Amino acid sequence: MATTTLPSKPAPAVCTPARSLWQRQRWLILRRSSQLLILLAFLTGPWFGLWIAKGNLSSSLTLDVLPLTDPLLVLQTLVTGHLPYSSALIGAAIVLGFYLLVGGRVFCSWVCPVNVVTDAAAWTRRRLGIKTGRVPDAATRYWLLGGLLVAAAVTGHLVWEWVNPVSLLHRGLIFGMGGGLFVIAGIFIYDVLVASRGWCGHLCPMGAFYGLLGKTALLRVAAPNRKACDDCMDCFAVCPEPQVIRPALKQVGQIHPLILAPDCTTCGRCIDVCDKQVFKMTHRFDQRSE
Amino acid sequence: MDTGQTKPASKAPAAATPASVGRRKFINSVAAAAGGGCLLALGAGLYSRSAAALPAQAIRPPGALPEPDFLAACVRCGLCVRDCPYDTLKLSDLGDPVPTGTPYFHARSVPCEMCEDIPCVKACPTGALDRELTDINQARMGLAALVDHESCLNFLGLRCDVCYRVCPVIDKAITLETQHNPRSDRHAMLLPTVHSDACTGCGKCEKSCVLPVAAIKVFPRVLAQGALPAHYRKGWEEKARHGGSLIGEQVEMPVRGFDGPTAGRQATETVVAPAATGAEAPVAPVAPAASTAPQPRDAGGLNSKWKP
Repeated sequence: MATTTLPSKPAPAVCTPARSLWQRQRWLILRRSSQLLILLAFLTGPWFGLWIAKGNLSSSLTLDVLPLTDPLLVLQTLVTGHLPYSSALIGAAIVLGFYLLVGGRVFCSWVCPVNVVTDAAAWTRRRLGIKTGRVPDAATRYWLLGGLLVAAAVTGHLVWEWVNPVSLLHRGLIFGMGGGLFVIAGIFIYDVLVASRGWCGHLCPMGAFYGLLGKTALLRVAAPNRKACDDCMDCFAVCPEPQVIRPALKQVGQIHPLILAPDCTTCGRCIDVCDKQVFKMTHRFDQRSE
Repeated sequence: MDTGQTKPASKAPAAATPASVGRRKFINSVAAAAGGGCLLALGAGLYSRSAAALPAQAIRPPGALPEPDFLAACVRCGLCVRDCPYDTLKLSDLGDPVPTGTPYFHARSVPCEMCEDIPCVKACPTGALDRELTDINQARMGLAALVDHESCLNFLGLRCDVCYRVCPVIDKAITLETQHNPRSDRHAMLLPTVHSDACTGCGKCEKSCVLPVAAIKVFPRVLAQGALPAHYRKGWEEKARHGGSLIGEQVEMPVRGFDGPTAGRQATETVVAPAATGAEAPVAPVAPAASTAPQPRDAGGLNSKWKP
């Protein structure tokens, strides 16, 4: 989707050997594969009668044994005053544990189908050179997260699920798409024309929720080779949450090269685009820098 | 792009910003974010409230909680849809008249086959479909109602009976009630009659109605069913229960309106003869009909003992 070949960068620098396509797109390919495989796990059943996962991202049953449930949905259900059955609670606990351990917003970049849409929107926006627009405050998503919980408590419904683009898209892809397409198209247009990374980076309350889970995430991107940085800004241009890079890359407010900000989706796109190979995927205790 | 500046500002306590500029910026950004977030949540809340009414022809799966509780419990995962062996259930999408993502079925398209093991209820991870329901005959998905007496073939005096024959709870949920056919004046009409104490709302009657547009339809119970005031007591039931009237014998009032042979009306208008159980039977209301008074359901209905 995204590209590294900006017009201003004709040939690879002398000191760096030209990197292969795999080196330049590795994490993107892995991520898209992950998103696609997760979707396919739900689709082999209805398509070929081979049931791997039933349901959708809201709640699912894999191989008839493993329940998985969106913890934010269970939280909303609890807020309305309904206590779900243990299968939903266990499923939510498993998902919660996984993202607390591995990394909260790993969901956003490795699982969520809307990520493909907004990545495409960001790519389109870069390609068209659109710089204008109005970006909402990045804290809006936390207010929205609080707001939807309050709304669930007040109305007694899972209010957010009426419009939640994440579940709309994933459910639509599996069970058939109708009016939900308009919401997805709306997000694409919004991200291209109005706000750069507007949905995923500023508004989505699911992303905010998983971000909160990411404070203890083990899987992290680091910039151990930051000495080699030549300030080309490629990583900033491609990063869905550019503000997370600076502390690690430029040692602003921290010594270690780890990107620990919970907003980081651990997408690894910065690793892909950096010709100097400054970044790498590592764990949160790996404080080495070269 | 104000993301770089406002994000840390909104995180930092006001004390960390020495100048009032920082504080103002902090307050502004928080107000904007809060306003935006609340507006979005409010919009979603309003939309959900306006769309929360279930349309008349959308029937919930068996065991579904009452609609307000259902909308709190259902996470829209579609596991019930997946485990339905007859592809009865569907998930609604945004813009459908049913709340987004929730399961429902249209009886006229695919009715519920009332599986004995109720796989949809077992599949539900949240309890939106209540596992207390173990006998599918106790399901109350909706209530059938013969809404169009003008088109129903049995009301026209024919013997269609299809809705009655296909009913999985035949002779309990639907019975055929014999009545005089005043048009021919010598035949009976066997009227399909739904009984709310046994109807599961599976919709097989609506599905099989032979008319181009079904005369019998299934509706959510809140739409199809009335309710007596809680304090009402039926005198004849109380009388039977206590072996006699609780308020003593009543004065017999003369029956008016049935004095003449037609009582000012066309003979064909009087469909049902008044009960001929009193001491003095009314004077020949509609002569041939007098013997076909409504009788208790199991006695008067056509009980064929036939099972599908």
